[in-house]
Amino acid sequence: MTHISATVDGTHRQGEVEPRLLLVHWLRENLGLVGTPIGCDTSNCGACTVLVNGKSVKSCNVLAVQVDGAEVTTIQGLASEDEWHPVQKAFKECHGLQCGFCTPGMIMASVDLLSENPNPTEEEIRDGLHGNLCRCTGYHNIVKAVSMAAAEMSGS
Amino acid sequence: MTDTLNETVGAIGRPIRRKEDARLVTGNTNWTDNIQLPGTLHMAFLRSSIAHAKIVRIDTSAALAAEGVIHVYTGADFPGQPGSTCVWPVTDDIVLSHYPVICEDEVKYVGDVVAVVIATEKYLATDALDLIDVDYEVLPAIVDMEAALADGSPLVHSDKGTNHCYTAPVPFGGDYAEVKAKADVVVTRRFINQRLIPTTMEPRAVVAAPMGMTDEITLWSATQVPHILRVLLALLTGIPENNLRVIAPDVGGGFGGKLQIYREEVLAVILAKKLGRPIKWTETRSESILTMHHGRDQIQDIEIAATSDGQILGMQVHLLADMGAYLQIITPGTPLLGMFMYSGIYKMEALDFKCTGVYTNKTPTDAYRGAGRPEATFAVERIVDELAAELGMDPMELRMKNWIKHEEFPYTTVEGLTYDTGNYEAATARALELFGMEELRAEQAVRRATGDKVQLGIGISTFTEMCGLAPSRTLGALKYVAGGWEHCTIRALPTGKIELVTGTSPHGQGHATAWSQIASDIIGVPVEDIEVIYGDTGRSPYGMDTYGSRSLAVGGQAIKVAGERLVEKARIIAAHQLEVSPDDIEFNAGTYSVKGDPEKATTIQAIAFSAFTAHNLPDGVEPTLSGEATVDPMDFSYPHGTHLAAMEVDTETGKVKLRKYVAVDDCGIQVNPMIVEGQVHGGLAQGIGQAMFEGAEYDSNGNLLTASMGDYLIPSSADLPSFITDRTVTPSTTHPLGTKGIGEAGAIASTPAIVNGVVDAIRHLGVNDVLMPTSPQNVYRALKAANKGGAA
Repeated sequence: MTHISATVDGTHRQGEVEPRLLLVHWLRENLGLVGTPIGCDTSNCGACTVLVNGKSVKSCNVLAVQVDGAEVTTIQGLASEDEWHPVQKAFKECHGLQCGFCTPGMIMASVDLLSENPNPTEEEIRDGLHGNLCRCTGYHNIVKAVSMAAAEMSGS
Repeated sequence: MTDTLNETVGAIGRPIRRKEDARLVTGNTNWTDNIQLPGTLHMAFLRSSIAHAKIVRIDTSAALAAEGVIHVYTGADFPGQPGSTCVWPVTDDIVLSHYPVICEDEVKYVGDVVAVVIATEKYLATDALDLIDVDYEVLPAIVDMEAALADGSPLVHSDKGTNHCYTAPVPFGGDYAEVKAKADVVVTRRFINQRLIPTTMEPRAVVAAPMGMTDEITLWSATQVPHILRVLLALLTGIPENNLRVIAPDVGGGFGGKLQIYREEVLAVILAKKLGRPIKWTETRSESILTMHHGRDQIQDIEIAATSDGQILGMQVHLLADMGAYLQIITPGTPLLGMFMYSGIYKMEALDFKCTGVYTNKTPTDAYRGAGRPEATFAVERIVDELAAELGMDPMELRMKNWIKHEEFPYTTVEGLTYDTGNYEAATARALELFGMEELRAEQAVRRATGDKVQLGIGISTFTEMCGLAPSRTLGALKYVAGGWEHCTIRALPTGKIELVTGTSPHGQGHATAWSQIASDIIGVPVEDIEVIYGDTGRSPYGMDTYGSRSLAVGGQAIKVAGERLVEKARIIAAHQLEVSPDDIEFNAGTYSVKGDPEKATTIQAIAFSAFTAHNLPDGVEPTLSGEATVDPMDFSYPHGTHLAAMEVDTETGKVKLRKYVAVDDCGIQVNPMIVEGQVHGGLAQGIGQAMFEGAEYDSNGNLLTASMGDYLIPSSADLPSFITDRTVTPSTTHPLGTKGIGEAGAIASTPAIVNGVVDAIRHLGVNDVLMPTSPQNVYRALKAANKGGAA
């Protein structure tokens, strides 16, 4: 067992973990942060995307020990106490989700995409999210949502 | 266009943002895998890596000795116990199969269950699988359907003496041989409707637990069908139905893949009962791809007969349908769900239909988005394009010549269905307007004339489908063993809040929002005051669940009737309290007032409270205020639409690009146009996925080659364009809401539109079909074959 500590959604967390434990399992099984779901076992779907030190990672593809000392943000830590993140608001407003299973990862990947490219074109959004799979929406409204969030975040 | 029908002052027809989303965008979700009960034991499955083999010996001793392992079970522990069952034995002489909960002496597909480990932790359960030693005697795998039917073929079920599951010849109207004899043109094609994998984003998951206060076992499952599942679990396990509660919590997509009773659900319930502890299992994606049931997989031999001026006379449809290794809930019925749709929107004199189901050593097939109708629509829309090419006619002109005109409704088709309403002219006119057909045809001509390496094709799909499963008597006549009704209870609580209990079981469709909109208009309570309760046989005891675009078409009717009954009961109480006759009471937007004296009024919320206190109710009126209805639909409804695709095909590399897609759908009255449009988008992505990207591939030994998400390609955002969508509104007349269904339309319509477009792009190079998916390899092979054949 290895001791790790990290700031997860603004709270200091620590624990003893097996070196092979996946980050997503640490979040879900050990910390009870079940808002981040698991959609595959080959790092294709992106449902488990979280931010580690501000960068999006697929948490099924990272070991828990790798986030020792890091800052982790999941979908459950994205909103402030009284306001959703603009990407969360835009996903609802644009009907960018149906079953909602891909949504946590899709939103976290979009947050990272917009931090790197605050004003993406449709093509850049489609390219930027191609590692996050959705089976319900056909992506049409997800793309619209990311555009709307970009406009809100850049104040235009 | 009859859009004005959709402009109402009430909640119906408004693109209200979904109630569901607040939880889903913040991660405050309740997926089955989120459930963590104290003392939970974890299941892990040892699955066969061989398609067909005898189990000679299993040694579980090392696994049993491993850390955290409580039990290891094999088939010998559950002799004769079925793990799934078929509720639709489609013919009297169908060859049924026993689907064991754990294989006892033989495995029949890669993924079949050989043993199950029960351990204290998930990782430890999985670790122990490696310690189970199995000796197999490999048997020949039957992979190809036609080879399976050949004399002397090895058998999937040796005790049955055949791989032939059933043949369903259906005596539809007309005599095809007669119309073929008088036809000028007969076009014959073999289409391959390839095997698909539903790929819900949420994998399957179960938690089964004895809950203590009674003998009840509660099963949480990522299922579309909690009500059906409860009945079947009782029948298969012997646990009394009244001791079973099934809950479908948040469910992450279904698409038919979760319309099933799975052996993992059966085993979880049995073991929770046996061990007295919670049992949990969540599949990995790779496990899901192997063992969630697959969809489609038909060989379609289609013939169409017509006159030289383009009048369609009849069609012959002969199908081979791959059942896989066992029959599950509606495996044999799935191809037959399409049999009524082979004539599509076209008038014809005769249709000869025959379907043969075949066992193979592959994952069982069953319903997948559209279930039979996509296959039918693909066949008819592809063969009509081929007929147009043969006749030298414009494919849209040929369609217009043969489709049912809007003034001809109601129209009884050659299959005997009566389409209530439709307006194919209006939908097509709107689609052509949005598409810019003339410009694209002009560009196509230029590219052909200049020999551009990238050719352009136009794909057309003018489709219809049937929704609203289903009138129970019709289901009975088709040998389906259940009904097709739906239930709703609406309760007005003392505080004026509303509980709407529905028997539908959504998994992304937005029922909580849409059902609130319907009820809001009927009972006059704000949408936000209505809580929709579903997916729990404890809280919603009656229902037939969600599949086949039935929820609104059938469940919506139940909401309407239940709401009206509540309003009528409240009217009697209002009349009593306002001291007039019920006939003198007007009800409008939640307020009961005296005709001619609107100052004398009360609200439905006030009546709900007085029905609770019961201090001042009229004689004979029982306390509490609710309305309840179970509605059996009178008939189906028939959404339709016109979809157009502009496809670019690189003739050097075979690469296909979807450049533009227009979908004009007619689903009748739209309760929430935003949700309707979302359903269209998602359906398109899945239908386009079949046409361009997806296909489950097996090798000759029965190994699934597309066994991970890296190999089985569902479309990503980078693979698709934004869609251009619109609706025409021709209300259904088979029920009072005028709605039809929209959940599957996009998946049904888009597949032939794409393939027709690809073929159209390269038809002048001698190609008249391209296998799906239209991958670079398949397009390149089609071009090569055409070239070899000496075509232009």
